[in-house]
Amino acid sequence: MLPINDVVMLSRVQFGMTALYHFLFVPLTIGLSNLLGIMETVYFITNRPIWKTMTQYWGLLFGINVAMGVATGVTMEFQFGTNWAYYSQYVGDIFGAPLAIEGLMAFFLEATFVGLFFFGWDKLSRGGHLLVTWLLAIGASFSALWILIANGWMQHPVGARFNFHTMRMELQDFYSVVFNEVAQAKFVHTISAGYVVGSMFVIAISAYFLLKGSQTAFAKRSMAVAAAFGLASSLCVVVLGDESGYLANTNQRMKIAAIEGIWKTDPSPAPLTLFGFPDQKLHTTNYAIRVPYALGLIATRSLTRPVYGIEDLVSHTKDRIRSGILAYNALLTLQRNANDSDALQIFDANQHDIGYGFLLQKYVPDVRHATAQQIEQAAWDTVPDVPILFWSFRVMAGCGFYFIAFFAFTFYLCQKRRLTEYRWFLWIALLSLPLPWLAAELGWVVAEYGRQPWVVEGLLPTFLGVSSVSAEMVWMSLSGFILFYTALAVVELYLMVKYIRLGPTVLSSHAAKPGDHFHD
Amino acid sequence: MIELATLRMIWWILIGILLMGFAVMDGFDFGIAALLPLVAQNEMERRIVLNTIGPIWEGNQVWIILGAGAVFAAFPIVYAVAFSGAYFAVLLLLLTMGIMRPVSFKYRSKLPNLFWRRFWDSVIFIGGFVPAILFGVLVGNILVGLPFSFDQNLRLTYSGHFIDLLNPFALWCGLTSLMMFVMHGGLFLAIKTDDLIRERAIRWSRLAAIGVVLFFIGGGIWTHLCVTGYQVIGNIDPNGFSNPLNKTATQTVGAWLNNYKLYPFLKYVPILGIIGALGACFTANFYNSRFAFLCSSASLVGIIGTVGVSMFPFILPSSLNPSMSLLIWDASSSKLTLFTMLCATIIFLPIILLYTAWVYHVLRGKVGQAAVLANKQAY
Repeated sequence: MLPINDVVMLSRVQFGMTALYHFLFVPLTIGLSNLLGIMETVYFITNRPIWKTMTQYWGLLFGINVAMGVATGVTMEFQFGTNWAYYSQYVGDIFGAPLAIEGLMAFFLEATFVGLFFFGWDKLSRGGHLLVTWLLAIGASFSALWILIANGWMQHPVGARFNFHTMRMELQDFYSVVFNEVAQAKFVHTISAGYVVGSMFVIAISAYFLLKGSQTAFAKRSMAVAAAFGLASSLCVVVLGDESGYLANTNQRMKIAAIEGIWKTDPSPAPLTLFGFPDQKLHTTNYAIRVPYALGLIATRSLTRPVYGIEDLVSHTKDRIRSGILAYNALLTLQRNANDSDALQIFDANQHDIGYGFLLQKYVPDVRHATAQQIEQAAWDTVPDVPILFWSFRVMAGCGFYFIAFFAFTFYLCQKRRLTEYRWFLWIALLSLPLPWLAAELGWVVAEYGRQPWVVEGLLPTFLGVSSVSAEMVWMSLSGFILFYTALAVVELYLMVKYIRLGPTVLSSHAAKPGDHFHD
Repeated sequence: MIELATLRMIWWILIGILLMGFAVMDGFDFGIAALLPLVAQNEMERRIVLNTIGPIWEGNQVWIILGAGAVFAAFPIVYAVAFSGAYFAVLLLLLTMGIMRPVSFKYRSKLPNLFWRRFWDSVIFIGGFVPAILFGVLVGNILVGLPFSFDQNLRLTYSGHFIDLLNPFALWCGLTSLMMFVMHGGLFLAIKTDDLIRERAIRWSRLAAIGVVLFFIGGGIWTHLCVTGYQVIGNIDPNGFSNPLNKTATQTVGAWLNNYKLYPFLKYVPILGIIGALGACFTANFYNSRFAFLCSSASLVGIIGTVGVSMFPFILPSSLNPSMSLLIWDASSSKLTLFTMLCATIIFLPIILLYTAWVYHVLRGKVGQAAVLANKQAY
């Protein structure tokens, strides 16, 4: 039984929504945990109490955030099974391993030490507690590593092969899955983005304290740490973002073409479209402002290699679909007789395109009977939503360059000890708070929405990956998620704002201290 | 490299160990949350109870996250069938254990408002009570079999509803697991607290231990007399391809007890479950309840082990088409994946045990009013 359209759409909405929601908390966890480590290291070296206060106060906000990160993270793992059952069984042989290793190597570390971070101040030596904080931070970053190895494989599935006996992809080479260049570039890009989120969080809230004229010593020191960390991280994000783009041009050409709004292949080196309005129906980008040669240099790092346009890529896709039909036909023969040597030969020659054959199942369950028109339709299905990718990418990249300038200027002001002289800049710092989240969410959109219609690039179309559940069931779970996640967002925001307004004094004052001397 | 059949066997045991680890390590968190309204009668007592598990429950929960991840990696098709088949049960588990529990611990202490705190108390209770029952309900349904089948491409069809999961046998198993966790949680609380809370915890734990023995034996008799077990007909190649369509299996009432006739030494596994619970009940007051806690852990290991060895080699039987049931031998990952995962486990599991032990060592000792008031970061 093939999945129903509604179920596919609803499952995608549910996954996308819960992933974007999870991704509000994760970058802050990654970024803040490292900043906590840096602050506590300074405390360890200098033994000055203000650095302990800094670690504890930012740690308090970290704690409010990390609970949500955990609560929304388990959802992601479980959802592969509940809503993407065919995906899980089709690629679980490869995809499951990095997820399990994430638990073994990273999440266990992070979750075990997060409790001790809060409860260990009086039970551990200063060095002991510092170790705990760093183990927590390392756990958070390693966690991102294995999740992005899993995700990198969905973008660029290396080291695996289809096995017709078991009807799934099977692991051939674990080393190439782990050291997948796409995964490694994504890992550094994504954790640097997390560091940027953490740095901006600390700077913006410190700017708020300075604007209020309270906690000046605390705020200045916090800003100095975050500005230096943020500057390094924002440079890292942009450089590795460029690396991701370069790699995508070898592995996910369609994604690049959509991001850049290139419909027809330009003569090399291709021009870079700064702005414009891509039109998905007419296959043009209107009012485009182009910089000659720039894209060719960025995406191919050469003067001669082309950046393919969508129309050329689609016609190439048609060839792969035809090859996929051959593979599918051979597969049906092999399912009846596994020793048919002719079928085996055809299958081996075309099996890398079997996923393209599956694309047709949206139109014709038995893809052997596909018409030329259906092949054309399926080929055009491989084009993602160009305007969304085009704009998401531009806003994200724009934010990236803004962050470099912002952190550089903050860093300069901190060095010159002139932070309090520029109130307008403190306002800008405060108002910039949502920007790294915006950039991170749009980064997710570019990477994952840009991967459509594939759940695993070139191997498995998204619509085939879903579970055999009814649309009503997904409606109910989706409504449940929206209801509970909204309620939790309200509580989380309320607590965050409350503790930000109270400021670091909350750690010493008895009046507002959580839970002190409270009896029935 | 190791033979595929051996790797499959190792992974079946390893997943069993992870589930047992989960029951022993996180089980007491569920039990204590479920006991909260019974053992604590004022705000200070509730804070003491919550602070016994406050710093550690998060690490403990990773056992089930890792367990689920290990099933995904080692038996992907089992993961796919169980999670999408028991859709609403899994989502309810996710909601209570995965979403409500983490925030309830963290957010309860953040405001001194009484209404706020009582609200989160009830969320904490739900986050312990509901999963404690759900785990048993899921195990009960796995024993009975889930109504699933596959087509030629191994695409799954599932023809059950959430309400079917709440059958009498599964509910019986659910009550058993609730009492297992309450017994276990009560004893952990007895180790970590003093005076009134400790006395109440021991009383409830003992009661639960007796319940565990009765319900476990009752469940065994039920399985023998009324529950349809499954059997593979003919030989199956333990090294064969992971495709569940290449064998024949049947249902017979009481077949889940066949393994004990074939391998009589297996009877010590359920006996461990019973003796452990009895031991926990009788020794609850001795040596600060430490020995009783060990007995209780042994009981959990024995009871979970009983489910595993009774069903061997089945992991997930299909009540719709028994021949499509998932076995250890035809539902696993490939040899390379199993081997790679085994290497990772051999390296990291001992490290995890070491640092977990260190954290428990740092946090050793009783939690009382003084400790809760002294620590500004306490819940």
